[in-house]
Amino acid sequence: MATITLKLNNKSHTIDADPKMPLLWAIRDLVGLTGTKYGCGIAQCGACTVHLEGKPVRSCSIPVLVAANKNVTTIEGLSSENSDVVQRAWILEQVPQCGYCQSGQIMAASALLKSKPNPSDKDIDMAMQGHICRCGTYPRIRKAIKKAAQLMAQK
Amino acid sequence: METTDRNLSRRNFIKISGLTGTALTLGIGFSASGKDMAIVRASSAETTSIEVNAWISIDTQGKVTIVNHRSEMGQGSFQSVPQMIAEELEVSLDQVNIVFAPGNGRKYGSQVTGGSSTIRGSYQKLLRLGASARHMLVETAAKRWGVAAGDCYAENGEVIHKASGKKLNYGDLVAEAAKLEPPKEVTLKNPKDYKIIRKPLPRKDTPIKVNGKAIFGLDFKLPGMLFAVVERSPRFQGKVVKFDDSETRKVPGVKFVLKVNRDEFDNMREGVAVVATNTWAAIQGRKVLKVDWDDSAFLHHNSEELYAKMRELVKGDPISFRTMGNTAKTFAKAEKKVEATYETPYESHSCMEPLNCVANVTDDKCEIWGPIQGPDWIQQNICGHLKLPPEKVIVNMTFLGGGFGRKAFTDYPYEAVMISKEIKAPVQVVWTREDDMTIGPFRPGMVYQCKGVVTEGGRIGSFETKISGQNMDLQNPGADKSAYNSSDTEGFLEGYFNSIPHYSFGDSPLDSPVPVMWWRSVYASTNAFAFESFLDELAVKAEKDPLDFRRQHLGERYQLLIDKLETVSNWKARKRNEGLPAEASAKVGYGVAITECFSSIVGEVVKVSKDSEGKIKIEKVWAVMDCGWYVNPDIIKAQIEGSIIMALGAATKHETTFNDGKAVERNFDSYKMPRIQDTPEIEVHIMDNEEKAGGVGEPALPPFTPALTNAIFDLTGKRIRKLPFSLDAIE
Repeated sequence: MATITLKLNNKSHTIDADPKMPLLWAIRDLVGLTGTKYGCGIAQCGACTVHLEGKPVRSCSIPVLVAANKNVTTIEGLSSENSDVVQRAWILEQVPQCGYCQSGQIMAASALLKSKPNPSDKDIDMAMQGHICRCGTYPRIRKAIKKAAQLMAQK
Repeated sequence: METTDRNLSRRNFIKISGLTGTALTLGIGFSASGKDMAIVRASSAETTSIEVNAWISIDTQGKVTIVNHRSEMGQGSFQSVPQMIAEELEVSLDQVNIVFAPGNGRKYGSQVTGGSSTIRGSYQKLLRLGASARHMLVETAAKRWGVAAGDCYAENGEVIHKASGKKLNYGDLVAEAAKLEPPKEVTLKNPKDYKIIRKPLPRKDTPIKVNGKAIFGLDFKLPGMLFAVVERSPRFQGKVVKFDDSETRKVPGVKFVLKVNRDEFDNMREGVAVVATNTWAAIQGRKVLKVDWDDSAFLHHNSEELYAKMRELVKGDPISFRTMGNTAKTFAKAEKKVEATYETPYESHSCMEPLNCVANVTDDKCEIWGPIQGPDWIQQNICGHLKLPPEKVIVNMTFLGGGFGRKAFTDYPYEAVMISKEIKAPVQVVWTREDDMTIGPFRPGMVYQCKGVVTEGGRIGSFETKISGQNMDLQNPGADKSAYNSSDTEGFLEGYFNSIPHYSFGDSPLDSPVPVMWWRSVYASTNAFAFESFLDELAVKAEKDPLDFRRQHLGERYQLLIDKLETVSNWKARKRNEGLPAEASAKVGYGVAITECFSSIVGEVVKVSKDSEGKIKIEKVWAVMDCGWYVNPDIIKAQIEGSIIMALGAATKHETTFNDGKAVERNFDSYKMPRIQDTPEIEVHIMDNEEKAGGVGEPALPPFTPALTNAIFDLTGKRIRKLPFSLDAIE
């Protein structure tokens, strides 16, 4: 066990954790933020995606120690009242069905739009192919990413 | 109503909605027979509280609360149930709070969210409930003003006197209105006057599903709650001989290790639970747990053996379900005939939210929270096991991260209850992805043998199918194994039964220890592949256009759907290289399938192309759904898109296989899912008519696969009769 400082959504949390515990479980069970989801545990589905120093990572496959003292952003940190452009686009396009995978999808889309503000279909495929949606919301995810790009361009 | 029950429901209600004060509560009372339904008024004592036996409540501020009595697993009941009631109540959805009902079949009728039944099973009574409340509010206002109720109307949460324009808010009327006798007859609105129904209104659960605030089962926490994972027999019926937890107990955070049972169709399946202060510690503890299993008492089957058995079974005499004429004789005598066998795989539901459940069992009460498709079933199940009355077993609903049939099963809540009871603490049982994917129950694998005859005139002379696979109903103890499977025809258009002179549907069930369960669209999900592929084979034999071939057997409602499908897909003008560069060597193919299940008819056309490397690309899918009366066209569109993509996965990506008595595919690295880049363009159309409401969540799944394989046949001449297949490997 180790005392670890997690910087989650610009707030410091000191936790006592097995340093090998995946960041996912530290965020969910120890800090208590449940927007980041468990889907597969082996970095195959993307439901657990968070930003580590601004880059999208699979929190199920990163030991919590690796994230210590680094900036971690979860879905809750994107914006709590849906002011973020990706969240707004997701609402406009009515993307979620069950909604379980959407935190991860949105975090991936948000990272994509930061590096490519006007992504092509190919860019979207590359950035989003690691994310499974069992409800099959993919057509709307694609539309929402394009909508978010439009909204960003209008700013 | 029992006091405890009311107090509890009220406490929960207030907690969720923040609602206090006087409220009008209307509910549907069910007679003892459970069949005759009448609208009843809540007693005066209940007007200040919120009864469970109720869908609508209004507080003195005019805030309306509508109960969704069904599970929300993505299919949209959280939106569509209130959307129906609000229409007749004349309130805007902006004025409405939506709350989940806890499990209580005596009060709500069936809450099992399956069979695409939420709208079609309850819309008439829920519309009446909304209208009845509106009538009472209008009557109250009219009385207060001393005018005739007929001179007033309701709009946007207010009653308005036509002549004077005077207005009263529902909140000002609710206390008095609650004292009125509900009207015996209510007039429902004409669909052409709908302001809310039929509108693509944005879902009220969307905002909380894009910022992490929606609480799924796995997100629900109680103070002092512990986390458990369970090592279950890797083979379906293994018994625990002994276990060694000496290493497990050394893992920091592990609190308990105990043997636990899980009820699977009344069979008790054994496991060893590791309970810890967090999920990860429980998972680590389980890794070093040593369990000796006795799994000598049953067959260690593999997929090859299961399918070999099914292929034998379809050759024998089936248990006949639905027959007309004499298919055997007609086939024997016929000149133009076709015979084909189709095979479909076992599948895992693989909801994105793995199974989980929170239970808190105290001395005299049991409370459950979880992603649950059948809260009333679970209540009944736990009442039976714990010998508790229903008011002591509270089943609370969370959002479900997918369901698809799996979460209607009672095993995982039961297991959580047993652990909590034993350790005397609230516990969340978490299934890892590997548990979720390997323990089952699964969609059953199927083999279909089809024999058909084409007449001289190019019509279907005879249509016979024999099905072998596990009949889900036969898993119940004491099930009559000689009974036919009444789902043998699910997916087949009802209209064909009026026009095909000889038909026969029957099944030869496979006996196997593999647990099986409904998987989105159930038997239609596999039947349709056989039926609609075979119809295509018959159309080829008849040398007819596949849509024309179907059309000649069908009545008006189907004709309208086929007309629409032809128009939107430009079927008649389809060309083999349409839309492709002239120099492209690639060609295109078109396929069609039309199926019917859960009272809805769906036709789909798929267009495919093949590139120079031989890879098949799905260019486009057109879907036309006739679900009769409907609520929200955008939710329907989403359900159709999702159904097609789920079907695409089962057709071309994944299957569950068995080896040595164990499921082989354990996670998404081997159980491959369709991804965003695999998704074709999908164009959806909904028929407008006055037919009764049909299902929406499932019926668009079955036609996709045969429409795809029929398109591949059109393009390549290769007939695909076994699923799954790879789009990259079509010769």
